[in-house]
Amino acid sequence: MNLTLSDEQLLLREAARNALARFKTFHAARAALEDGPAHEPLPDLWPTACEAGWPGLLVHEAHGGAGLDAFDAMLVMQECGRVLAGVPLLGHLPATAILGDAPAAADMLEGLASGEQRAAYLPAQPPNDLTDSWTSEPALGTDRPAVPVIAGSDDQATVSGHFAFVPDAPGAATLVGVAIKDGNPVGIAVASDAPGVAIEAVTRYDATRSLGHVTLDGTPALILDAPVDSLVSAWHLAQALLAAESIGSVETALDVSVQYAKERFTFGRAIGSYQAVKHSLTEILRRLENGRSLLYYAGWSFRGKPDEFALASACARSVAGHALDHASRTMIAVHGGIGATWEHDAPLYFRRAQLSRRLLGGTAGATDRVASEVLAASSR
Amino acid sequence: MDLDDTPQQAQYRLTVRAWLEQHRSEAPVLTGPDAIHDEHEIIAARRRWQGRLAEGGLAGVTWPEEYGGQGLGPIEQVICNQEISRAKVPGILDVIGVGMLGPTIIAHGSDEQKRRYLGPMLHGDEVWCQLFSEPAAGSDLAAVQTRAKQLDDSSWTITGQKVWTTNAQFASYGLLLARTDGSVPKHNGLTMFIVPMDAPGVTVRGLRQISGEAEFNEVFFDDVHLEADAHVGALGSGWGTALTTLMFERITLGLGGEGLGYDPLRFARAIGAHDSARRDPEVRQRLGDILAELTAVRFSGYRMLTELQRGQIPGPEAGLAKVTTVNNGLAGGDLIADVLGPDALASDSEWTYMISFIPGLKSAGGTEEILRNTIGERVLGLPPEPRLDKGIPFEELRTKETAKV
Repeated sequence: MNLTLSDEQLLLREAARNALARFKTFHAARAALEDGPAHEPLPDLWPTACEAGWPGLLVHEAHGGAGLDAFDAMLVMQECGRVLAGVPLLGHLPATAILGDAPAAADMLEGLASGEQRAAYLPAQPPNDLTDSWTSEPALGTDRPAVPVIAGSDDQATVSGHFAFVPDAPGAATLVGVAIKDGNPVGIAVASDAPGVAIEAVTRYDATRSLGHVTLDGTPALILDAPVDSLVSAWHLAQALLAAESIGSVETALDVSVQYAKERFTFGRAIGSYQAVKHSLTEILRRLENGRSLLYYAGWSFRGKPDEFALASACARSVAGHALDHASRTMIAVHGGIGATWEHDAPLYFRRAQLSRRLLGGTAGATDRVASEVLAASSR
Repeated sequence: MDLDDTPQQAQYRLTVRAWLEQHRSEAPVLTGPDAIHDEHEIIAARRRWQGRLAEGGLAGVTWPEEYGGQGLGPIEQVICNQEISRAKVPGILDVIGVGMLGPTIIAHGSDEQKRRYLGPMLHGDEVWCQLFSEPAAGSDLAAVQTRAKQLDDSSWTITGQKVWTTNAQFASYGLLLARTDGSVPKHNGLTMFIVPMDAPGVTVRGLRQISGEAEFNEVFFDDVHLEADAHVGALGSGWGTALTTLMFERITLGLGGEGLGYDPLRFARAIGAHDSARRDPEVRQRLGDILAELTAVRFSGYRMLTELQRGQIPGPEAGLAKVTTVNNGLAGGDLIADVLGPDALASDSEWTYMISFIPGLKSAGGTEEILRNTIGERVLGLPPEPRLDKGIPFEELRTKETAKV
């Protein structure tokens, strides 16, 4: 029993924190939202990620990666979340996890590990206790469309379909997802410059989050020989990464709010001395500590207990998502009127929370998955 | 990061499992058709079983060997708890004594006290109770009014009332927090005592709760006479001693693993048995939220265990796990009763007891509000609420409080 960070993990975290500290990420998050002359494009953090070796975190050393575990990748995501940095790892890392399990994609890995090429994961939610179908994100509403069916034979396979709100799709060289072949799910990889590929970049409320609507129309696809478990695991890995990123944001939202509650005086005393404010802040801490505990569970189970990875990552996403929702709103409230102004960072956390909650099946989808996993286990 | 047993821990687990396999037929049967129902019989059987567990080295695992313990670490304690639960046999009866009060005596008691009391406590021969809370001293525990007066021959008389005392109805001894000096500020005038529960002047009265059952007690002290050496630690050091007990309370609860025993699978089984509920999106959201937070508590327990193994004392943030457990227990009871309907509240329903019990847990072991105050101040470093009792002798404080009423 040892739920602590190793020396290597502490170093990885510190290096990530230092690397990201070179950028004014909060300023960038705000300036990217501006229209007109105040608008500044987001700084490109991918070269920094490449320098640090993040693109290859999950790629085996034999292919030029670091060969590390999900928990290490989650530590990096947590650091990105702390400063609301837009590093396109949420799309890249689950894609590399699938490709790494597919011998057919072996020659793609080196370029992806170095970051010379970037991949994006086309989110595909695996079946649960109530349904057998694999589904994609809906462009609108709550009805999840089924993932596409592959046309043609193995070496001339093509895919047609629409994938909404794909994290980090704009600019990705390779898109990795799931499609149905002969009634079974298989992994697919398509080149973004292949015929029939259209990627529409979309920004929704939080400019730090790069998203794309991806359309494939008769696009040639490489059929991946990754096992189905790997396709399932990639979805849950994306959940775990988003959970870690959210927990990072909760950490700094709490720090900033606590600092303000110590400095701001009303009626002759610091507002943090009032129970109403103090209890709101300890509620953020409660959710944060629960989230941290579940990051350990998810990070450990990815390889240590794969049977529980779905449950662990769903728990982490659910609790972390609620934590960020709560923290971002409390942050605004504790800061009073100033917390609702453009000048303050609190609205940036709020924007992050609002969008994150609705991506990758949504926080509610993760909560449903928790119920699904435990209901299934309880009837065994 | 690793959650698996080391080879030594795996070996220890096998030893414990083998012992339980060999002795499980001696364990009292508390559920099912062969269950014993008479309360006195249950207590007697559980005391005997605690003695067997102690002989087998499965009780007081972290106690030093010289007091009958195994001198092992918290991880071995957890392994023991897990194996006992796996074997579906009861654990020790006197969790409060062995988990909290014994360790307090080990830390602060005299050699004579350790020699006299620890062995019988560990073996269940003498059950203990914790005499801290009072009708007017709960969250503000240092406000206890039970008075200990020293007589000319250095012996003591105790007068006052305690409340919420678990196991007092069959306890042999109690660890009592009493005021020995009212002329100093309240935290400084307290001393801890060992009280024989059969001493003349001790009256125990069952306190019925929402369920209708009486698991707690009120305990009255009317001029109870104690020997001169009945105090634990120095005179006036009672607050520090009480904090030791409360620290061991956090550890005992944390090492329980599954919080207060609200097993996520139990909730899921109840819901899963009803197909329409199982498919209902709202039910699934509520269930998922409860299960996710209870799972978090389990891993927070493992984090605390890691700290203990590294020689760190768990901080007050451990209290957040209690808040999470209690609130999800409440939500779980609500959800199950919403799904099952009024039958969940029938007198023979397996849920009635839990539903009745949890509201009181909000206040047990520190109210949610006082926990949040302490955590806000000591973990987040927020400034304290202004206090009107700082540095004021307890007697003056009492005079003021009484005058206001």
